[in-house]
Amino acid sequence: MATDKNLFKGFSRREWLKILGGIPIFGAVWSAGFRSNEKALSERNLLLETLNIKASAPPASGPMTGEPLRVGLIGFGIRGEQLMRSLGFATVEWLDDMAKSAAENPNDTRLAEFKAQEGLNVRLTAICDIFDVRAEKALRSFNTKENPCKRYKTHLDLINSGEVDAIIIATPDHWHAPMSIDAINAGVHVYVEKPMTHSIEETYAIRDAVRNNPKAVFAVGHQHRQTQSFLTAQDAIAKNTLGHVSLVVTATNRNDDNGAWQYEIHPDGNTESIDWDMFLGSAPKIPFNPEHFFRWRKWWAYGSGLSGDLMTHDYDRINCVLKMGIPKYVTASGGVYTHRDGRNVPDVMQVNMDFPEFSTGTSQTPGKEKGMSLVYSATLGNQFDRGTVLMGHDASMELGNMVTIYADPRSTKYQDLIKENRVDPSVPIYQYDPSANGVDAVTSATAKYFANKGLLWTYRDGKRVDSTFLHLREWMSCIRNGGNPSCGIQEGFEEAITAHMGGLSYKIGRRIEWDAENERIIALPGENLDEILLNNDDVFIS
Amino acid sequence: MDQTSRFTSLQTSSLVLLRLLIGWHFLYEGVIKLYSPSWTAKGYLLSASYMESFFKWMAGESIIPIIDTLNIGALLLVGFCLIIGFKTRWASIIGIGLLLLYYLAHPPFPGYPQGPSEGSYWLVNKNLIEAAALFVLFLFPTDYSFGIARLFAKPKTVSTNPIP
Repeated sequence: MATDKNLFKGFSRREWLKILGGIPIFGAVWSAGFRSNEKALSERNLLLETLNIKASAPPASGPMTGEPLRVGLIGFGIRGEQLMRSLGFATVEWLDDMAKSAAENPNDTRLAEFKAQEGLNVRLTAICDIFDVRAEKALRSFNTKENPCKRYKTHLDLINSGEVDAIIIATPDHWHAPMSIDAINAGVHVYVEKPMTHSIEETYAIRDAVRNNPKAVFAVGHQHRQTQSFLTAQDAIAKNTLGHVSLVVTATNRNDDNGAWQYEIHPDGNTESIDWDMFLGSAPKIPFNPEHFFRWRKWWAYGSGLSGDLMTHDYDRINCVLKMGIPKYVTASGGVYTHRDGRNVPDVMQVNMDFPEFSTGTSQTPGKEKGMSLVYSATLGNQFDRGTVLMGHDASMELGNMVTIYADPRSTKYQDLIKENRVDPSVPIYQYDPSANGVDAVTSATAKYFANKGLLWTYRDGKRVDSTFLHLREWMSCIRNGGNPSCGIQEGFEEAITAHMGGLSYKIGRRIEWDAENERIIALPGENLDEILLNNDDVFIS
Repeated sequence: MDQTSRFTSLQTSSLVLLRLLIGWHFLYEGVIKLYSPSWTAKGYLLSASYMESFFKWMAGESIIPIIDTLNIGALLLVGFCLIIGFKTRWASIIGIGLLLLYYLAHPPFPGYPQGPSEGSYWLVNKNLIEAAALFVLFLFPTDYSFGIARLFAKPKTVSTNPIP
């Protein structure tokens, strides 16, 4: 102490100021930062409390324990290979490619992610593909000592082999329903790719089959139902955050060969290696045509173009959030404008779906608002990202992997907050980013920039996961533990009918109406809607 | 020891002012990040346009919490030292290190994506200028003129020059 006293002796007040002068500055800056954050946090919390949106993860599907599930795959094409990887089965060729790619580029984590994927306790026991090259490719990789896997000539042989509990269908659209119905009637569980059906009649037939065989678990492959942000969006709608949503806009934009269904034509594809009659199935009988086989999405005979292949994604995304069901009216237009290569499905298409009785709620006089349009707009000649926006009287929601909500400047619900400058319509009032640690009411230009660049991915429990894996897992959990898949027969029925109404309106050039009471698409006297929908002769260029 | 004795008091004061301003900037950034629980450098690192593999490694699942903590800790420490006037030479070096990392992750090199910024830059941006200013502070320490460090320097002065 005595030394200290000597040490400090002789310091004038001015000296002390020079020694300790930084402390008040330090205190001032610290408390300013602290208070600024407090204010932002309390404003944010007030807003979040007002909105009260739950950013919860979807409930995990049940355990994968018990006897291994015996799965059969029909269709080992592009999508079939992807589905098999989600199921835990990758081809030797893919594993080699990924190992090479990871060695060249350490940022390529596809192989590591595949290896880290949870095992689903399945055995791939059966394969059916009518193109020898693909079937043999599958067998080379999947038929092992631990996993004996057999090839079946037809889907019926596979379903009735007694070797499968469940099947995955990844064939051209015109085979989805016939195969599903055969499997369900045989008591085999089904996971079918979208669109659920190729014709209107099949849509009813498959629903009847599922209703008559409640033990067979049926799921449609709309894997985005597993996207975490969608549950948050559902909750935001339930809390009437947006007010009455009158318009939803959604889009597909692609500008490359693969996106325009110009898939590779395999050099070994010929009448020897392909069972052409089986491929054609219900389609018009024509001589072997490799382009039709490998690029089947370009013709109404086997595929369903933009309305069936891509609009179904967007429709089901919105139906998952709003649960608005089948539209009363559908009006479509478009044509073959970007790929005049002999195809007959449109490559530019706009589909307006109207729901005159639908409402998400209101903040104004009851009865003033009712009705909503869902606009789907697509081109295969430009890939500008237009996003998906749900537009309500009180707020707009951008829906993607992130959910971002902006108050509307003329909102009734938020008018006081806007007047008090507590809400700025140009800054999101709510943002949910599944990859961040928490929700945020305000965001910076920087965060938005990163998100738009796709750098903040969708994660589950902080880990990047494949939504197809989650969707397959959910289906298998329903098989093992009971419950209903998030995209089951009802959702599939709504998706298929809506897609067919879009296709019909495009082809007929008329507004197509749904009779909800009788569950029928209204046809004019003498009109066979399925015949029109599946007609493969006309190229509709307006 | 007291290099600033060669300067006029205005010159010394200017250096002290520069030190306080930079310290203020670092401290405020650190405090804001400290009290924002959802803040992370992940986006900044993942979008790095130069030395990508290094910055992406830093943004990795297991590393990023450490990087975030170190970043906040270093910002607070540099801010504290520069304002209080304690070990300012060390603080300047740490500050330069931080700024160069920020600079290199998104350098204003021609042909590189600029990302969001409030101005226009070519080779030189504000991070680089702030780093250069810190280098000046490293070469001309002022904590013996204004700061806690004066406490330890003063007695010597007092003993050698009892009568000022």
